[in-house]
Amino acid sequence: MGYPQPSHERETPVLSKYFGDRDATSLDGWRKRGGYEGLRKALSMTPAEIVDIVKASGLRGRGGAGFPTGIKWSFMKPGDGKPHYLCCNADESEPGTFKDREIMRWTPHALVEGCALGAYAIGAETAYVYIRGEFTEPLARMRQAVREAYDAGILGTNSMGTGKRIDVIIHKGAGAYICGEETAMMNSIEGRRGNPRIKPPFPAVSGVFAQPTTINNVETLAAVPHILVQGADWYKAMSLSSPKSTGSKLFSVCGNIARPGNYEVTLGFPFKDFLYDLCGGPLPGRTLKAVVPGGISVPIQTMEEAEASKMDYEGFIEQGSMLGSGGVIVFDDQQNMVKQIARAARFFAHESCGQCTQCREGTAWTTRIMERIRDGEGTHEDLDTLFSIADNMTATTICVLSDSCAVPVMSGIRKFRSEFEALIKKPKFHPVTAAVA
Amino acid sequence: MTAAIHEHETPYQPVFVGDRRKELDALFPLYPTKMACILPALWMVQEDRGWVSDAAMAEVAQVLELTAAYVKGVVTFYTMYNQHPVGKYLIQVCTTTPCNICGAEDVVSAFMEHTGCTDLGITSADGRFTIIEVECLGACGFATPVMINEDVVESVTAARVPAILAGLK
Repeated sequence: MGYPQPSHERETPVLSKYFGDRDATSLDGWRKRGGYEGLRKALSMTPAEIVDIVKASGLRGRGGAGFPTGIKWSFMKPGDGKPHYLCCNADESEPGTFKDREIMRWTPHALVEGCALGAYAIGAETAYVYIRGEFTEPLARMRQAVREAYDAGILGTNSMGTGKRIDVIIHKGAGAYICGEETAMMNSIEGRRGNPRIKPPFPAVSGVFAQPTTINNVETLAAVPHILVQGADWYKAMSLSSPKSTGSKLFSVCGNIARPGNYEVTLGFPFKDFLYDLCGGPLPGRTLKAVVPGGISVPIQTMEEAEASKMDYEGFIEQGSMLGSGGVIVFDDQQNMVKQIARAARFFAHESCGQCTQCREGTAWTTRIMERIRDGEGTHEDLDTLFSIADNMTATTICVLSDSCAVPVMSGIRKFRSEFEALIKKPKFHPVTAAVA
Repeated sequence: MTAAIHEHETPYQPVFVGDRRKELDALFPLYPTKMACILPALWMVQEDRGWVSDAAMAEVAQVLELTAAYVKGVVTFYTMYNQHPVGKYLIQVCTTTPCNICGAEDVVSAFMEHTGCTDLGITSADGRFTIIEVECLGACGFATPVMINEDVVESVTAARVPAILAGLK
């Protein structure tokens, strides 16, 4: 099916197969479509066997970091006598990304199944699903799905009649981008301000409630039941370019594009074909100017870079950016890049948790300078100052929000410098530089 | 003027009594600490009262065995808890980059024009509307998404604004 656009023939609909199909949202409907067979199979295996299958599939985290899922799960040591927890990251807030929203909206049971399976695989009896508060419809669908799963004995003290306890608990966020950062999310679940934690200790050692914890993205968990049913080899075979990038991936596409929406392709798909064929290219009479391929935190690509990219973890890095969360933001020739980068900086300034000085001050200063350049009040020195601030914001803080703000600014100035310079009409009087001169 | 504005002048009516208390108590076994119930508890307050007052924070602190200062620290971290009364309809327009390039600023202007709101965050004189800009609603492919109370309206353009407002009772 596909939603809001019908599936394109070049897509590989695994997770998105039932997007737009209202019947798939109920337990009955989901079972008719093969639902819960992955969990059933998993519960007949040992957790170690499941972890091996997921490792062999090559599945990597779909939230942004791309860490191999099976390896992450293997960090959870069985038999340590501690309660283990699974946290599902459904705090989807990265600008440009809206894939988890559609997974929960159309196929909530796919995620419930993935959570139950993941929990069992890491030796956890409890999975918290942290859903951002703005996602009212996905929240309602997920709550309904969890209720149905309890009523049917899929969740609870005797999951699918196996005697194993699996609880899935929906936890509603309250408006904070930073809670998508895994340690901030754990603090938020504990009832604290969503401040990220210093690592180590890593979550697998001391996570939520100071117990061993694994955090996985919605899309990652939703993919696992398919791997259990169809096998690691099937998943691994889905790869068009780098063997390190396997499986299908949802890409959310927004901005100045003919057909915005979610598209699922095999990793390694040519980005040029994706933009112009699947997504329909630019709006009539316009041309594309720039693309952010993986959410606003990844470097901006010129069209030359974008059109040469393969859509996988390695392919986007080769072309100066990153796969990130798969949130594709398209800018056309009507957009002023300075204005849009200033808006992105404002986003990060708003969302900084304020713990680290480099981020709290850096995002605010970056925004002020970007906005004054946008408003025609900038100086040439401002560009150097932006680079200097960005340098201080990179790899100096507890989490990467600070780095994420620096990224669009630096890549924007490097790749679209002429747009910045066009707004800086003449050097302004500056008392210090004037005195030196 | 809504009753909530005068809350400080009238005795505070607790939220966590009767069914609400049972609802909160049912959450405790789901978490190893009572503190973990703070976000759900604050949501219950906001559902019932429309915002989270200092008195409500004190009540949440009491039922969860925390201090009022701690609860306030949490409330002020999260943008969705209203720390002041808002209009009958809280209209949140996403203006982050992906929506911005699709004309979100025009949508904000249209809402301001057609509701009589004089500024962002300032409730209209008739008490019906409060408009704020919100950072990324996570529906970028449906630019511009607008959240009106609990509902997200997709693909809003400035031209659609009068019809959307007319649909609000």
